[in-house]
Amino acid sequence: MSLIAIIMFVSIVGLTLVITWWASKKTSSASDFYTAGGGLTGWQNGLAIGGDYLSAASFLGIAGAIALVGFDGFFFSIGYLVAYLVVLYIVAEPLRNLGRFTLADMITARFDKPKVRATAALSTIVIVLFYMIAQLVGAGALIQLLLGIPYWSAVILVGIMMTIYVLFGGMTATSWVQIVKAVLLMLGTVIISFLVLLQFNFNILTMFSELSTATDAGSAYLNPGLRYTNGIDTISMLIALVLGTAGLPHILMRFFTVKDAKTARSSVIWATWIVGLFYVLTIFLGFGAAAFVGKEEIIAANPAGNMAAPLLAQALGGDILFSFVCAVAFATILAVVAGLVLSGASALSHDIYGQIIKKGKMTEKEQVLAARIGSLTIAAVSILLALGAQTLNVAFLVSLAFCIAASANLPVIIYTIYWKKFNSNGVVAAMLTGLISALVLVALSPNVWNPTPGAAIFVGEPLVMLTNPALISVPLGFIGGWLGTVLSKEQDLAKYREVDVKAQTGISVQDVSH
Amino acid sequence: MFMAKKQEVIIDYDKIAEMSSFKKLSKKKNSFLWSVTVVFLIAYMVLPILTSYTQILHQKAVGEITWVWFYAAGLFIMTWGLAHVYVAKAGSFDREAKEIIEEYERGAGR
Repeated sequence: MSLIAIIMFVSIVGLTLVITWWASKKTSSASDFYTAGGGLTGWQNGLAIGGDYLSAASFLGIAGAIALVGFDGFFFSIGYLVAYLVVLYIVAEPLRNLGRFTLADMITARFDKPKVRATAALSTIVIVLFYMIAQLVGAGALIQLLLGIPYWSAVILVGIMMTIYVLFGGMTATSWVQIVKAVLLMLGTVIISFLVLLQFNFNILTMFSELSTATDAGSAYLNPGLRYTNGIDTISMLIALVLGTAGLPHILMRFFTVKDAKTARSSVIWATWIVGLFYVLTIFLGFGAAAFVGKEEIIAANPAGNMAAPLLAQALGGDILFSFVCAVAFATILAVVAGLVLSGASALSHDIYGQIIKKGKMTEKEQVLAARIGSLTIAAVSILLALGAQTLNVAFLVSLAFCIAASANLPVIIYTIYWKKFNSNGVVAAMLTGLISALVLVALSPNVWNPTPGAAIFVGEPLVMLTNPALISVPLGFIGGWLGTVLSKEQDLAKYREVDVKAQTGISVQDVSH
Repeated sequence: MFMAKKQEVIIDYDKIAEMSSFKKLSKKKNSFLWSVTVVFLIAYMVLPILTSYTQILHQKAVGEITWVWFYAAGLFIMTWGLAHVYVAKAGSFDREAKEIIEEYERGAGR
């Protein structure tokens, strides 16, 4: 690797370390650690949400997918973007008005029982782990390619760095790392897109007509159907994408880092524009890579196409742009992974240990220590799992995390806010049904079983022909929640009224003056 | 029995929930949020249905650009538009919520 690449790399990593050190000076209370003390402004949090959202899967994965299969790759961009409306309309504000630190906090605002907390924390940890493994596998492959070091050391390197970030900075550090990362990512993407458009004289029509002959798929490249030939499978995948965001614990946590609902709302607007613009630009990244790098070279670097964007940067901007983009991709993965560790850590330390085992009786100092130990645990487990997951496809793991979020978390969030009769048995039933059905269906899917040896994990016939089981597991989650509720006699309408009033009006004890 | 006098602020949620202005706001808000959600989810899900079961969107529209790209662009514009619609509406809901809180405070302060 060239000297420039190394310098660029070290600079960006160094920048994030400096931010972490600065942030650690400001972290003292548990509130600080988890939610940056509720002090970020709308645009700052919007950028942070954007940074959280635009992970390696978005930048590397989608660019690669569009480069290799055209419009079918773009489905991801569309799905991820519309998902934001689901968050905005249904979930963001009530969540902010009810919650404190975690998803479990929000649900237990209505159902204050250990079994509810435990189930919510379990769901969070499972989702976080899948998402983490995906990012670490991606990071491992990227660093392995860049630095020429073996996969396992790449994974451990990333793992150690993210642990440092979280241990010393908590949420403030990760928020600002996300913001820096979001800015750098947009910058890199805009530069590459500009260079691609330059090649086509900024003429969109020319770009499309060039791409209709640039690949071996000819004009079929520009239409859907190259990879997704099964209608039901496509629809199921798109359901997971659009509903999953609203259930993702690490995105939801972002709403607790601002001081009121109004700021939370404005930050989502900022995020929608930033993320939307990025996904439009993915078209140029994908098309550019298909035209100027070529399918063979992309696949040679990584069979799933994950290196398409960096290779395009190299083709159009030489080594400088290449190393900038690689460093940004690295920072991207690092930042997302740090946010994930935090979600998992808070589920472990705040929910399971702090509230259930210690029954809420912990000093501030103990809470911060517990949070740090929780972070370490989550980090260690993820690294271990990622070491064994080198051959797994990154995009598959991420879409599975989305599927679980949509099947286990989303039904509970919706029922909690909007359904009068919902009770704690319903919570447990919905989460477990969603979680278990998603995991079982994936275990029986073509991702895991394939008659061709080597194509999947086991050799055999898959029992379920869906690569993403959202079409089945999401309804099951909703049904589970309904059944769990109506089959038990428990009811607390007074509590629901309190939750409803709080969620709708944002009233809190400070508001009431007398 | 000795009763300590504590200055604790307790909000009577039941009272607020009974207020007709609260019920009105709740109904208005929920019907707006959910009906918009249903509309955009349908618009979104129609895309894979059209592309998987028909050839309509596979036809060329302008040059080599096929209709599916225009549909996708429409979804992007819809998303940005609906995000702004939400913020505008939420602002007016906020004002109404504030009035409700004031109404409750006036009633309780008697």
